[in-house]
Amino acid sequence: MINVSEIKKGIVLDHICQGQGYEIFKVLHLHEVEDVVVLLQSIPSEKLGRKDLIKIETDLPLDLTVLGLMGPGITVNYIEEGERVHKKKLSLPRTVEGILSCKNPRCITLAEKIHQGSFYLAKEEMKLYRCGYCDAAVSL
Amino acid sequence: MEQVRHLIGPEDLNQKEMEELFRLADSILMHPERYMDVCKGKIMASLFFEPSTRTRLSFEAAMLRLGGQVMGFSEPHGSSASKGESLQDTIRTVACYADLAILRHPKEGAAKLAKEASPWMPVVNAGDGGHLHPTQTLTDLMTIRHLKKSLKEMTVVLCGDLMFGRTIHSLAKALSTYEGMKLILVSPKELKMPSYVIEELPPGSYVEVASLEEALPLADVLYMTRVQKERFLNEEEYERLKDVYVLTKEKLQWAKKELIIMHPLPRLQEISVAVDEDPRAAYFQQAKLGMYIRMALILKLLKMEDER
Repeated sequence: MINVSEIKKGIVLDHICQGQGYEIFKVLHLHEVEDVVVLLQSIPSEKLGRKDLIKIETDLPLDLTVLGLMGPGITVNYIEEGERVHKKKLSLPRTVEGILSCKNPRCITLAEKIHQGSFYLAKEEMKLYRCGYCDAAVSL
Repeated sequence: MEQVRHLIGPEDLNQKEMEELFRLADSILMHPERYMDVCKGKIMASLFFEPSTRTRLSFEAAMLRLGGQVMGFSEPHGSSASKGESLQDTIRTVACYADLAILRHPKEGAAKLAKEASPWMPVVNAGDGGHLHPTQTLTDLMTIRHLKKSLKEMTVVLCGDLMFGRTIHSLAKALSTYEGMKLILVSPKELKMPSYVIEELPPGSYVEVASLEEALPLADVLYMTRVQKERFLNEEEYERLKDVYVLTKEKLQWAKKELIIMHPLPRLQEISVAVDEDPRAAYFQQAKLGMYIRMALILKLLKMEDER
């Protein structure tokens, strides 16, 4: 087994579904970060069977909106001096801006080329978002 | 600075505010002479990016009867949109000249976008594609309240194109907030009420059926809609569905004596002309009452409702 040492200061993203780690790595632009970043894939997990995990040894501000949308079950652990000082479980954000786009051909956001569309969570259990302008459903 | 009020969707007015509007409209109806110059010196922009007769004339008549003035266009070729100007820029420009803007636009969500570009001029959604049409909802509620003397404990049948019929979406949501309202939704399966509207109706407040004959005897209010050709991408589909429901004198023999028949107009073949003679036909009264509720709305948005 590969041994990856604990980080002193930074963020650990835990409970990422197996196979989703690399997607999150790309969305957070972690390849552009100069600090130490470790992506672990398919590691054994009691809760998930297998999971992915990302360690970032930095103070990098994280866009939790993106993370909540991609993996509402992800846990964000904030580490200082080698100890976890704060733990945050992500959930689906109530509103999302600038990530999703409306597919309704009759929506004004397409006609007016609005790229920073706004979406609201309509049904949490179905992970259903709707366009804040035309109310059309958007699948994640 | 006091916040500007817009009317984009029915949720922009709560039930208490709607009741205040109905009372103000009643007052204007009873004493029109008291309101004939209340809006003197005010200008209403009538921005119709899509053809409309009834809604546009109703708003313009409302403003003129309040003593105000009207400017605008009745089709996109009359505006800078034909030169490629964005909707938001059009609104920002209009806000330099007008006190209030009425917007009809073929794209869904256009009124919300317009509102975002208008921090000091009220914007009224007069229909955004197949999405929302809140002043038609006000008209419809006003008509039911005026003719049935109440807005509770009744069965309302909504019949026809429930998918693209924007008047129906707003009306269904608004009706479901009143006590004891039961909705019967009559449509072919291709034109059923969209899920985002259904999701907002309280469970048990509605049933969906395909037969008008089945629903008619239960109705206190029958609301018919036109199958709109302009909403179809496929003409064959339109031809197949346009005559699914036709209200005739014969069918009305099964309806209650106190029924009122409503329609947002324009009516095509879905209500036979012979039904017009029936005292239960209320659709032309509905058009008239729409002007009075729009007068009340203009006064409210211009913060002039206490002027008389």
